[in-house]
Amino acid sequence: MSKLISLKIDGQQVEVEEGTTILEAARKINVNIPTLCHHEDLCVAGNCRVCVVEVNGRERLEASCCTPAPEGMEIWTNTAKVRNARSEIVSLLVSEHNTQCTTCYRNTNCELQDLAAEYNVDGNRYLSVLKPGLKVDTSSWSIEKDDSKCIRCQRCVRTCRELQHVNALTAACKGQDMKISTFLDLPFNEVVCTNCGQCVNRCPTGALTERRYFNQVWEAIGDPKKHVVMNTAPSVRVALGEMLGYEIGTRVTGKMVTAMRKMGVDSVLDTDFTADLTIIEEGNELLQRLKKVLVEKDSSVKLPMITSCSPGWVKFIEHMFPNHLGHLSTCKSPQQMFGTLSKTYYAEQKGIDPKDIVSIAIMPCAAKKYEANRPEMSDSGYRDIDAGLTTREFGLMIKQAGLDFKNLPDTEFDSIMGESTGAAVIFGATGGVMEAALRTAYAVVTGRPVPFENLNITAVRGTDGIREASIKVEGCLPEWNFLEGATLNVAVAHGLKNARIIMDEIAAGTSKYHFIEVMACPGGCIGGGGQPIPTNAEIRAKRTQAIYEEDMGKPIRMSHENPEIVKIYEEYLQEPLGHKSHKLLHTHYTPRNRY
Amino acid sequence: MANNKLRKVDIIFTPYSAAPYEILRLTMQKEKNAVIDEIIESGLRGRGGAGFPTGYKWRFMANQPGDEKYVICNADEGEPGTFKDRKLLVEVPRKVISGMAIAAYATNSNKGFIYLRGEYNYLIPALEKELLIFHEYAEKFGLDFQIEIFSGAGAYVCGEETALIESMEGKRGEPRNKPPFPIQEGFMGKPTLVNNVETFASATMICRVGAETYKSYGTDDQHGSKLFSISGDSPKEGVHELELGMKISDFVEEFGDGDTKAVQIGGVAGFCIPRKNFETAIIGEGNTTGGATMIFNSTRSMYNVLHNYLEFFAEESCGQCTPCRIGTQQLLKGIEAVKKGEKPESYLNDLIKLSRTMKITSKCGLGQSVTNSFVSIVENFREEMIY
Ligand SMILES: Cc1cc2nc3c(=O)[nH]c(=O)nc-3n(C[C@H](O)[C@H](O)[C@H](O)COP(=O)(O)O)c2cc1C
Ligand code: SF4
Ligand code: SF4
Ligand code: SF4
Ligand code: SF4
Ligand code: FES
Repeated sequence: MSKLISLKIDGQQVEVEEGTTILEAARKINVNIPTLCHHEDLCVAGNCRVCVVEVNGRERLEASCCTPAPEGMEIWTNTAKVRNARSEIVSLLVSEHNTQCTTCYRNTNCELQDLAAEYNVDGNRYLSVLKPGLKVDTSSWSIEKDDSKCIRCQRCVRTCRELQHVNALTAACKGQDMKISTFLDLPFNEVVCTNCGQCVNRCPTGALTERRYFNQVWEAIGDPKKHVVMNTAPSVRVALGEMLGYEIGTRVTGKMVTAMRKMGVDSVLDTDFTADLTIIEEGNELLQRLKKVLVEKDSSVKLPMITSCSPGWVKFIEHMFPNHLGHLSTCKSPQQMFGTLSKTYYAEQKGIDPKDIVSIAIMPCAAKKYEANRPEMSDSGYRDIDAGLTTREFGLMIKQAGLDFKNLPDTEFDSIMGESTGAAVIFGATGGVMEAALRTAYAVVTGRPVPFENLNITAVRGTDGIREASIKVEGCLPEWNFLEGATLNVAVAHGLKNARIIMDEIAAGTSKYHFIEVMACPGGCIGGGGQPIPTNAEIRAKRTQAIYEEDMGKPIRMSHENPEIVKIYEEYLQEPLGHKSHKLLHTHYTPRNRY
Repeated sequence: MANNKLRKVDIIFTPYSAAPYEILRLTMQKEKNAVIDEIIESGLRGRGGAGFPTGYKWRFMANQPGDEKYVICNADEGEPGTFKDRKLLVEVPRKVISGMAIAAYATNSNKGFIYLRGEYNYLIPALEKELLIFHEYAEKFGLDFQIEIFSGAGAYVCGEETALIESMEGKRGEPRNKPPFPIQEGFMGKPTLVNNVETFASATMICRVGAETYKSYGTDDQHGSKLFSISGDSPKEGVHELELGMKISDFVEEFGDGDTKAVQIGGVAGFCIPRKNFETAIIGEGNTTGGATMIFNSTRSMYNVLHNYLEFFAEESCGQCTPCRIGTQQLLKGIEAVKKGEKPESYLNDLIKLSRTMKITSKCGLGQSVTNSFVSIVENFREEMIY
């Protein structure tokens, strides 16, 4: 434990550990200091300078986010000198800014706008130094970049470098030309980017946004010839409320379903159904791989097997470890399984011509937009998913629809492909896929539920970047005898920085795991790039808690017990990893360039 | 107040002592602490611009734990009109290297770098040759200290010590937050002492002549001598070694062309002194001593001078922090607008206020120092800004 020091902030005594920043010390006693470049998830930058405060005896103001609290000193956060400096700094930012709030996607949810309002800055105080001729880069299917709205806080750069280890973005040029650039200033779709959207989620302004498709969705809804089916990811229902006036961590599943129906969606279905299906396919794939490696000594089969439901992660491994794609499960993500089935199984069962079906996914994610556009994602004979929207876009659509969300009744998902289990719900948090897979795999192999209280495999839950667990398999059913007494080593990683650590071990041949879950986004989908802004550790924790509550509230909590899953195998797919599954539910990967 | 008659002196460019690295050898016979005391006693201040007392810096460095400690010679010299460090590296590189070695000895550092401005790459062969000699003697003296040359990234801001370290680490040349200071966490996170070329050469000379003698130059407040890169309207452009503490009037008499209207001391980051203050202003008092000394005669437009400075700042700011990146552009555009009559004269006051905010909120010395030349030129030559 490090030394405690004390100081005074605005006349109030506070004790903090040595090394604590002034900003953190102030927050401890509920003194609010504005920030722009600061973000709890990232290393300190200290470049926007709006967080300046006065330290007694110093002429210069100190940036509170990057200055250690000085022992025994007096700090003032609200003097005329401080307010004046902040107001001038915000005015400077505005003078460099393409201030078009009324038409900006981040209007009413923008940190620059908030500060400009708070300090009531005069937009004409300084001359405009906005660079002329800046164009919005809309080349990517997932991310839009508008430099005219950029305040150069470099949060995106730090996000991509520190959390994701991708380095798609960098600060380029100096002085008045300094800007945030992609590698070689190439269009976004040509650079190595995973489309994870983590940079978007941390951008304080409208400079980085997800590419939006909601207008196409409204068009489809309004077209009487089209049959619109929507599926929503597990993590959307625990975050959407934040956009509609609810406390963070509120579950709004029932109202969300009603809202979709009221918006005119023809069939309100659940990605959780295909999450359960993923567990069956992926669990069986794992068992089959284990068998091939352990019994048949087939060296062409790769272990550890790694999950493939996070499209940001999939793009990452394609770029960074193109020689190790054999480790990825061949299962499509739940979104894409849903898309394919919506235009095959669902169409068949409902007697609707698949060409008239428009399949929409509501996702916590920006990478899902790219995934939906992948050329190989058309096994149904059509484009499997027609559009992927973020939680944010969906929240906006609900507002546009004029719905009084809070007063909507709760209703249930439609059928078929609307039924799900608790195991599917927890896909939304890091560790959830692993837990769901173990619940089912253990039951399949032994005929008994996993030996954990309430089926909660707490070892794989939590927030550590990499977590691991070992499970001893005992009392196998005869056909799984080869696993008797074996210890299954599993790991969970979230955030691509951690994924890289896992992959480096695999590349070096030192990985001790059999099965690994990787999520591109810190916290898993609840912290996805398409989730409401802001997202930070505290918010992620509350959304995660809501996910596990949702799981506990479900009557069925193992994927293979989902009656609709049982039914789809009986009526349509026949068996896991069977012929139809292979055609519709599995995919292949593309090695890509590192640069 | 000090009031020396100007004296040109000749300490730093005197010929080498008889045997190579003899001063180093003799210095190494003294206790490390005694060496640092001597430097403190001499009153030597850093010659890179900030003017921090060198001896105290060395003491902090000596007190840093760790067996990997670096000494960096800042030879970035990126400011227009300065060429004193180059002259030292060309004419007396041994004194510079000796100074680094003395610092390494006194502070227990084991690795050195010369961060050489990209444009000075042509000096590398000669410097490498000198380093060969140095390494031979260092071994003989039992000094575990190797020096390497690092070719700089080319931006003015890379002369700022933390940006310099970032660029040595292969990153973008952006100044870091301080604290931690380089002495605490510098190159590769290890304790790092950064001094200017001239600071090291001066340290060598202090070890040679002794603090007492060195101190006898200059005034009570301003000890020793210093190199001035003199440029502008002067018949004696070039590098001159002068005693510190002289009046500007003496300086102008010696170096001006008879028609001097202003002197810029301390380079673009320094202050502009108008004729009316020549009698009272002292070089080195309340103004920085790094960088160039520029002399302007009455044919010069001070608007153009300031415009050039601001263009330089707007381009050379690293661009990371708001007050500096945008503030420099606003000052530049602002004086243009006043000149053209697009903004009222009173806008100059807003700009002065802005430059003062830049001073107290910018992250590094670049943004913090723009106000020096801005305010001193605008206030003293206000008519020239308007008409
Ligand atoms: C923008 C900027 C540029 C600088 N350029 C140089 C330079 O070219 N050479 C130098 O020695 N110091 C330069 N400095 C000062 C260094 O940061 C540092 O203070 C100095 O190298 C310390 O050495 P000294 O104590 O011997 O002066 C610069 C500072 C700033 C803010
Ligand atoms: S980024 Fe913010 S300040 Fe800029 S136009 Fe959009 S809402 Fe307004
Ligand atoms: S989307 Fe992800 S990978 Fe792409 S630039 Fe943003 S943070 Fe980096
Ligand atoms: S794009 Fe957004 S996050 Fe990145 S520097 Fe600009 S404003 Fe900051
Ligand atoms: S003051 Fe200027 S040069 Fe220094 S860090 Fe800020 S932008 Fe960069
Ligand atoms: S929040 Fe402190 S400098 Fe940006």
